[in-house]
Amino acid sequence: MAHETGQIESISGPVVKARGLHGVRMYEVVRVGHEQLIGEVIEVGDDICTVQCYEETSGLSPGEPVVATGDALSVELGPGLIGSIYDGIQRPLPELKEMSGDFISRGLTVEGLDKEKKWTFIPSVNKGEMVEPGSVIGEVPETGIITSKIMIPLGIKGEITEIVSKGDYTVVETICKVKDDHGDIHEVMMMQKTAVRKGRPFKERVPMNTPLITGQRVIDTFMPQAKGGTGAIPGGFGTGKTVTLHQFAKWADAQVVVYVGCGERGNEMTEALEEWPSLKDPQSGRPLMERTVLIANTSNMPVAAREASIYVAVTLAEYFRDQGLDVALMADSTSRWAEALREISGRLGQLPSEEGYPAYLGSRLAQFYERGGRVKALGGKDRIGSITLCGAVSPPGGDFSEPVTQATLRIVKVFWALDKDLAARRFFPAINTLTSYSLYHNNLEKWHREHLGTDWPDLVTEAMAILQKDQELREIVQLVGPDALPESERAILEAARMIKEDFLTQSALHEIDTFCPIGKTYRMLRTIIRFTRKMTRAVKLGVNVRRILEFSVLDNIARMKIAPWDSYESTMDKIETKMEREFQALFNELTEAGFITPEI
Amino acid sequence: MVRESSIVYRTVTDVRGPLLIVDNTHNVAYNEVVKIRAPNNELLTGTVLETGSGRAVIQVFEGTSGLDTDLTAVRFTGETMKLPVSTEILGRILDGSGNPLDKGPPLTAEDHLDIYGSPINPYARQYPRQPIQTGLSVIDGLNTLVRGQKLPIFSGSGLPHNRVAAQIVRQAKIPGEEGDFAIVFAAMGITATEAQYFMESFGETGALEHTALFLNLANDPAIERIITPRAALTAAEYLAYESDMHVLVILTDMTNYAEALREISAARSEVPGRRGYPGYLYTDLSLIYERAGRIHGRKGTITQMPILSMPQDDMTHPIPDLSGYITEGQMIVSRPMHRKGIYPPIDPGPSLSRLMKEGIGEGMTRFDHKEIQAQLYYGYSEGRDLRDLVAVVGSEALTNRDQKYLRFADRFENEFINQGEFEDRSFETTLDIGWNLLSEFPERELKRCDPSTIQWAKERGAYKIL
Ligand SMILES: Nc1ncnc2c1ncn2[C@@H]1O[C@H](COP(=O)(O)OP(=O)(O)OP(=O)(O)O)[C@@H](O)[C@H]1O
Ligand SMILES: [Mg+2]
Repeated sequence: MAHETGQIESISGPVVKARGLHGVRMYEVVRVGHEQLIGEVIEVGDDICTVQCYEETSGLSPGEPVVATGDALSVELGPGLIGSIYDGIQRPLPELKEMSGDFISRGLTVEGLDKEKKWTFIPSVNKGEMVEPGSVIGEVPETGIITSKIMIPLGIKGEITEIVSKGDYTVVETICKVKDDHGDIHEVMMMQKTAVRKGRPFKERVPMNTPLITGQRVIDTFMPQAKGGTGAIPGGFGTGKTVTLHQFAKWADAQVVVYVGCGERGNEMTEALEEWPSLKDPQSGRPLMERTVLIANTSNMPVAAREASIYVAVTLAEYFRDQGLDVALMADSTSRWAEALREISGRLGQLPSEEGYPAYLGSRLAQFYERGGRVKALGGKDRIGSITLCGAVSPPGGDFSEPVTQATLRIVKVFWALDKDLAARRFFPAINTLTSYSLYHNNLEKWHREHLGTDWPDLVTEAMAILQKDQELREIVQLVGPDALPESERAILEAARMIKEDFLTQSALHEIDTFCPIGKTYRMLRTIIRFTRKMTRAVKLGVNVRRILEFSVLDNIARMKIAPWDSYESTMDKIETKMEREFQALFNELTEAGFITPEI
Repeated sequence: MVRESSIVYRTVTDVRGPLLIVDNTHNVAYNEVVKIRAPNNELLTGTVLETGSGRAVIQVFEGTSGLDTDLTAVRFTGETMKLPVSTEILGRILDGSGNPLDKGPPLTAEDHLDIYGSPINPYARQYPRQPIQTGLSVIDGLNTLVRGQKLPIFSGSGLPHNRVAAQIVRQAKIPGEEGDFAIVFAAMGITATEAQYFMESFGETGALEHTALFLNLANDPAIERIITPRAALTAAEYLAYESDMHVLVILTDMTNYAEALREISAARSEVPGRRGYPGYLYTDLSLIYERAGRIHGRKGTITQMPILSMPQDDMTHPIPDLSGYITEGQMIVSRPMHRKGIYPPIDPGPSLSRLMKEGIGEGMTRFDHKEIQAQLYYGYSEGRDLRDLVAVVGSEALTNRDQKYLRFADRFENEFINQGEFEDRSFETTLDIGWNLLSEFPERELKRCDPSTIQWAKERGAYKIL
């Protein structure tokens, strides 16, 4: 097909102006220059249109050709996505390496999906059945974890006139034919293409009522995420954004994980690539990469592709959601994406708003987070899928009052605030429990009560109250010293110390403690709160806190974190029994001494 | 892009700060190198920042003083900026653009490499895992440096960062491994005395012949600083990836680099980001810092140690801030610790080595490293908190436990962090000093350590409970 050809008019960094591309549309992909660099139209004018270039533009000169492709920036969807690592515009990095070696050169064209590999397709519909967009026509067992559902793409509706039998096919072979109302026949293959800038459609949103269990105690307890929810994790450099998002990717109970490294370090992607294949998904016991897609647009890769990478990632996530899967998407870091917007906007000479960001920063962020959610997918039988969006935010100077953090906080429902002081003390995860929040507590309460214990909400509230009080008391101590506090308040300081040391701190690097099953989280919290209640009672009866600190069960409590995932129940039972015994002995002593009247 | 003939333009219409605007240009390529002949016949170099509509904006590395709109002649070379590379670059002293400053011959070239490089495919990278022993306890024990890491030193004026950096260069080694090593040293706007100090220090250990020096000193053209780190890293990439060397790159002072960038940005009237620095400072810095690392199947590595001074000791200033967001940790040189007479005055609190987790432990440093590191951190930050408290309420109010932490923090500074400028401690020594200090505390207090590890330390005689 002959496409419209124009000429480069001017070049400034990633922004190229072209003349003579008539009829070119907004967000259409174009090839720029003799090297055919990939670009996308971001402004259409009378005769001149503006292109953002996804590759380095050094050496490009005015007069070189610009060729329209007729397609919007799109991704290829189908079997083969899982386990892949792509750059910001869905080019597989292993293939790029094959073509250009260890360094990425320019003008390389590689498609997202392998067109030669054969997949086993198992049809689930028959000739004569009616289908519509989203209808499932068969399945492909893709990895040990994921069975891909093959769906009718958008725009095709009608009667199946042909469907292949079970067998091995490539993603571009016709597997099904559909006759529409007008009698036209549409060929369907396993692969579909979707433009990335607009969300894939779905039937309707449904309530979020299940937590995304992250295996990180502080989060699962105090600021839980919902499946389909949105959350942001802002923090200065080195406070733990990437580690936390990696932890989610490794341990969260999502079925598919899409991880996008957006303008961050190359080594962090390498770490994922080297480590995750050898880790096991805690639900299925299969290698983690069998549920993961990685997108790497590192900070030294072209900045326009960084802007696109977020949309590519969320479109892949939507494709899995539409299959009825729970997807978690981690974006590290949305600030780098916002900076890419700012850079392009600056080169376009748009009027800057706060700190040079374009005025549409907030709406772009909102559009991104809107693509999260829990939904009923299109097509026949009800399939419910979800996308949970978690974005890192990197505020300059660690100051949360800057535009990206503020715009994000207006949108997301969960806020995990990282704290520089905690990180400096190596108190990890360095999440500030007092300033962070989740707006999903109510949605999730039923689930928590049913799956953990009816006392869960009370335990959480009590623990939070202790931490709050601890903060106040510490301020007093800073002024007058610890001696001024009555025993009852010292008890609170001790309780808070237990919560912080023995419950909240959790090393991502520890073999066992890196992940905490939610049942274990519950038991640990319950033990500490029960201990606190008894301690409070004893102190009321005149017992010195120091006396209680001699209990040997405290040593066990300090080490409950490292109780193995599969046998923590018995460990926790033993600890609780020992705690009862030690307190009972104390109370017996008090009874004998006449401080307590035995209960009748 | 190569054109048959290169026309000489005399159509300079504007000289603005470090920029030159040329009109009636035809097919000038973005980022191509430009040769400029000044009215006094001096030859200058620049690159194209913007091209189109018959106009080119050029940044001139030597600065534009003496240029005019009448006589100045401009020739577009059709090439992007390249550095001639070979191993013979070692032992040489070059200017900030890579031209020989010493009396040696012109650089021989095995190859001419684009100084902007290309991004390493993350799929081709290999995660850095080999610890480097610097001989400094505060680094080796608490924030270990790893081969292929980018770990900057954040400092301030008048602080001994150069002495620390020189000591690291002197002592850095991987125990039990000899390999080809090289140092690439890029100076941006530092004084001649500072540069001299480094050269002498390299000279004393015989490292000078393994060193390539790129010098842009304080009185050299400021805009050239945009090229210096890139030229240096291009040399480093050649040495590491083509000649199998372990290269340590020192870039000092990155603050001067960023200021040159700001100057260009201001001259172009770009919308400024924070404190007048361009909005793309993060991206620009990452194009430099991300050129550290290791690649599968290649023997050599690039470890970067950028040094930058924090204006007003402010870590939230855009230069340290954005650097910290890109590098794999940071070493903070602390003024209060320096005033207290501690050397090296590196504050463990805000310092961090993100890659240490994979580079320490059994088979690399010692199996107890992670635990003892965590315990030392805990003890020191408890002790520091208590110092603040003591300042208010006096030490009588403290419990026995608290007194121990206070004493620990003092000893930790004096015996662990503090050491001689020529004292080279092994990993073993460093960790044993740590255990020795922890002997202040009873076993029960050591919650970050496994009981079996404590037992081991006891048997070793490193941890001696009183
Ligand atoms: N949960 C954790 N357990 C153990 N260590 C942690 C944890 N979280 C963070 N750390 C430590 O903090 C360091 C920095 O964390 P991380 O790389 O996630 O920071 P970041 O917020 O992503 O910083 P940047 O914005 O610069 O990318 C890690 O290298 C690790 O040493
Ligand atoms: Mg990070």
